Amino acid sequence: MDTTPAKDERDAGRLTPADDRSTFTLHINGTAQTLTLDHRTTVLDALREHLGLTGAKKGCDHGQCGACTVLVDGRRANSCLLLAVAQQGSRITTVEGLAEGDRLHPLQEAFLERDALQCGYCTPGQICSAVGMIAESADGFPSHATPQEALADDGPVALGPDEIRERMSGNLCRCGAYPRIVEAIEDVAP
Amino acid sequence: MKPFAYQRPDSVAEAVRMNAERPDARFLGGGTNLVDLMKLGVESPGLLIDVSGLPLDQVTATDEGGLRIGATVRNSDLAAHRAVRDRYPVLSQALLAGASGQLRNAATTGGNLLQRTRCPYFQDTSKPCNKRTPGTGCPAREGVHRDLAVLGHSEDCVATHPSDMAVALAALDATVHLHGPEGERAVPVTELHRLPGDDPGRDTVLRPGELITEVVLPPAPGGSASLYRKARDRASYAFALASVAAVLTVRDGRVQQASLAFGGLAHRPWRARAAEDVLRGAPATEETFARAADAELAAARPLRDNGFKVTLARRLTVGALKELTARAG
Ligand SMILES: Cc1cc2nc3c(=O)[nH]c(=O)nc-3n(C[C@H](O)[C@H](O)[C@H](O)COP(=O)(O)OP(=O)(O)OC[C@H]3O[C@@H](n4cnc5c(N)ncnc54)[C@H](O)[C@@H]3O)c2cc1C
Ligand code: SF4
Ligand code: FES
Ligand code: FES
Repeated sequence: MDTTPAKDERDAGRLTPADDRSTFTLHINGTAQTLTLDHRTTVLDALREHLGLTGAKKGCDHGQCGACTVLVDGRRANSCLLLAVAQQGSRITTVEGLAEGDRLHPLQEAFLERDALQCGYCTPGQICSAVGMIAESADGFPSHATPQEALADDGPVALGPDEIRERMSGNLCRCGAYPRIVEAIEDVAP
Repeated sequence: MKPFAYQRPDSVAEAVRMNAERPDARFLGGGTNLVDLMKLGVESPGLLIDVSGLPLDQVTATDEGGLRIGATVRNSDLAAHRAVRDRYPVLSQALLAGASGQLRNAATTGGNLLQRTRCPYFQDTSKPCNKRTPGTGCPAREGVHRDLAVLGHSEDCVATHPSDMAVALAALDATVHLHGPEGERAVPVTELHRLPGDDPGRDTVLRPGELITEVVLPPAPGGSASLYRKARDRASYAFALASVAAVLTVRDGRVQQASLAFGGLAHRPWRARAAEDVLRGAPATEETFARAADAELAAARPLRDNGFKVTLARRLTVGALKELTARAG
């Protein structure tokens, strides 16, 4: 993405140089990061190009693949469609922020254990998405796969393979590692 | 992408004022459609007014026994809301049939209603398109249109409205509340979206600068059951080829009340009033349901490659009404 304001935009008087960028603080993996960014910068580009956090991947850049999935205040989102300037005040967690010191997150362990990847490009997004997905289910959020009867219930939703596949449908894997991905998540899901 | 200014207003009044001062401004909800279209060059606002943090994020009961849904309530929260699951299951199901977990967490009620068509020519600035650039023509009519409209289209545009949520809201007789430079007004959701006619550039009847503040649902009809059925090219994370939202009350084997809306077939969520007329008072049988679907779909004018949608919509309708009738016991 070209983030240099076109000269003709400026000359047309539509924007002053101060209008098209802001200085603000993002909270990434528990650390406050103050940046001056062009408003066009997405969270994904801020992470990868400005903060050296290349875990979140750019697959499609249009919300269609899930490779860029991060957690925003604990909820999963496509960082390619989030403008960084709009995320002041939220707490963002990337795949780099999931481990505690040398101890990997249980989902990271499970993906290794089950060999739930081939090229690995989709994996950081899969893992962040699974972390958010397990939390959503624990909080009783239904899915398209949740049976009608269970909709009456407020409790946690049990995560069998059908629920996992439906809830993880926003994460594509070009290598087709889906069966192992579902198994790895089943290992960790309560 | 063109550079733009960014503002985060604290109140509805401030958001509306900011917009009134800048014809090139756009409201930003979750950004899942607008940011995408800005990357594609389809949208190029000079100012984004971020309304996602406005205090419009609550779902509350109305005095009449209905529900008031703030414009910034996220799709995932609305789908999970207790009152929606209990009294308006069709809405919960429509939301959960749309997009992905990630997208629903970001998408807002207001933004979902105003998302633009997924017509491939609209999204490609190297192609002509009457909706994006009025007067350039509609290549979809003779080109790639398998996913596009069979009802209510015009010579100038055959696009569909992609929202699942809006289809459920149409069947539920929801009202959309707007706040604009000229004040407040309310529009039935069935009248929010337009048919393309000779002015496909306008998706809705929104006036310049109007902000959606809330969507209000009337009380669910007593004894009614509702559901959403969607047919798509893959099991999940795909737009509707055709969908139906149905609200049905059956008593003593007869249909007392029915409201039906189709998705994926037209430039707006298609409220199926001709089908409802056939259903009301008729025996709740498969024969009636098929007759009702046919009454509505008689108006269909499929294009070269999308005639299958008519059959699909008919089957979805009959299936949905049969299931609701079975549930009524
Ligand atoms: C890969 C992909 C798959 C998808 N699949 C589906 C699907 O199957 N079914 C489905 O229904 N949807 C689907 N969607 C679309 C998704 O539901 C919409 O993008 C989303 O609902 C838009 O909400 P938003 O808050 O992000 O809107 P934004 O992108 O923020 O805004 C959309 C439009 O609404 C305007 N706007 C926003 N809020 C307001 C307001 N309060 N008042 C006035 N104007 C406002 C904006 O200016 C903009 O024009 C999909 C999207 C993607 C990217
Ligand atoms: S169908 Fe409508 S949106 Fe698609 S190319 Fe034709 S005019 Fe444009
Ligand atoms: S890179 Fe964000 S969804 Fe594909
Ligand atoms: S492991 Fe290669 S894309 Fe998933």
